Amino acid sequence: MTPGARNRFILAVALLVAAGALAFIAFGDIGKNLVYYWSPSEMLAQGERAFGPTIRLGGVVQPGSVEWSAQKTSVKFRVADSHKSESASVVVHCEQTPPQMFREGIGVVVEGTLDKSQVFKSKRLMVNHSNEYRPPKEGEKPADWKGSVSEAAEQK
Amino acid sequence: MLYVTIALFALAVGLFALHLFWAKARGWVWKAVAVLGGAMLPAGAYFGLSWAPSEQDMGEVYRIIFVHVPMVWAALLALVVNFVASAAYLFKRSWTSDSLGEAGAEVGVVFGVVGLLLGSIWGRPTWGVWWDWDPRLTTTAIMLVLYTGYLALRKFVDDPEKRATWSAVVGVIAAVDLPIVWFSVRWWKSIHQVQSNPKTIDRSMFVVLVFNVVAFMCALFVYLWHRFLIAKAARAREVALPSALPPAGPQEAA
Repeated sequence: MTPGARNRFILAVALLVAAGALAFIAFGDIGKNLVYYWSPSEMLAQGERAFGPTIRLGGVVQPGSVEWSAQKTSVKFRVADSHKSESASVVVHCEQTPPQMFREGIGVVVEGTLDKSQVFKSKRLMVNHSNEYRPPKEGEKPADWKGSVSEAAEQK
Repeated sequence: MLYVTIALFALAVGLFALHLFWAKARGWVWKAVAVLGGAMLPAGAYFGLSWAPSEQDMGEVYRIIFVHVPMVWAALLALVVNFVASAAYLFKRSWTSDSLGEAGAEVGVVFGVVGLLLGSIWGRPTWGVWWDWDPRLTTTAIMLVLYTGYLALRKFVDDPEKRATWSAVVGVIAAVDLPIVWFSVRWWKSIHQVQSNPKTIDRSMFVVLVFNVVAFMCALFVYLWHRFLIAKAARAREVALPSALPPAGPQEAA
């Protein structure tokens, strides 16, 4: 085999391997085994297995469920599957000062453990932003992130 | 602003095409691109920092999108160049495609690292964390490790021909991760938002984003082209080494 033909053979094999790997990851079941977070209903469906290990729970902060502690050092709220009021939800108790975008109805991912009383204790709270970018409406002021960051620093 | 951006976009694409398809123009096209990019980068920074409106949820902090997105796109594009060059080398051996592969990988890693750091800076005030092992972030980290490995492999192999063949194989296989990085936010749940489109970004912000993308593509082009010329010169020296001594005898005088 000439070096040129050998290289073309290698190219064909490498492309096959690459395409195979890509197809396996894209269409295989890897997404079912490797999950970044569970939604409340997925976590509750696990039953007893969800108690104990550190897991991530993701969903939306149920409107009307946010309760701050007196010093604002911790926060309790319900994370729900969706904005619908009847969707499954879990109580989350978070000891971290939330990022400034935290508010009712926004998407969050919390990392922590579910205890037997069905309370999810978390020390890591992340807020996710959608892919929508809009200027503030007429007369509204944009969010002041500097103010809330220094406020959060003072609380610590 | 919209029409100016479209015109500049067309101008940049025209210059890239001229460079690709007209070999005689390669001496000067990159200079024109450098002038265009050199003027657009500071202008883009001004438009991004002050002309574009603030964002309703994120305030001013969202403005980092105008560098984060172009930077990562440039990185992905450079790595696609590496894939094409790697496949081209295996299809038909040439020092040109080998050099282009080297340039694409190195420039891609540099842009990718900066893009990742910018994303991290954006993540802290919005998500609340610098880093998390979400699918998009993890696959991007894997991408940078893969191509750093590619560059390390090239350093370790002394024989130019073996180096070219082996690294081309790595280039083809590593490219698997590129579509995974792109689609990770669609295939799996993640904290990183999915790609925006003109409908999800306000017009005034979208125009500034496109303006900056054009500026970064110009920078990428100049950077890639020069890295390619350096690689090509290094190759020419290596390959010619054993026979580079001037031939003895009377031919030299002629």
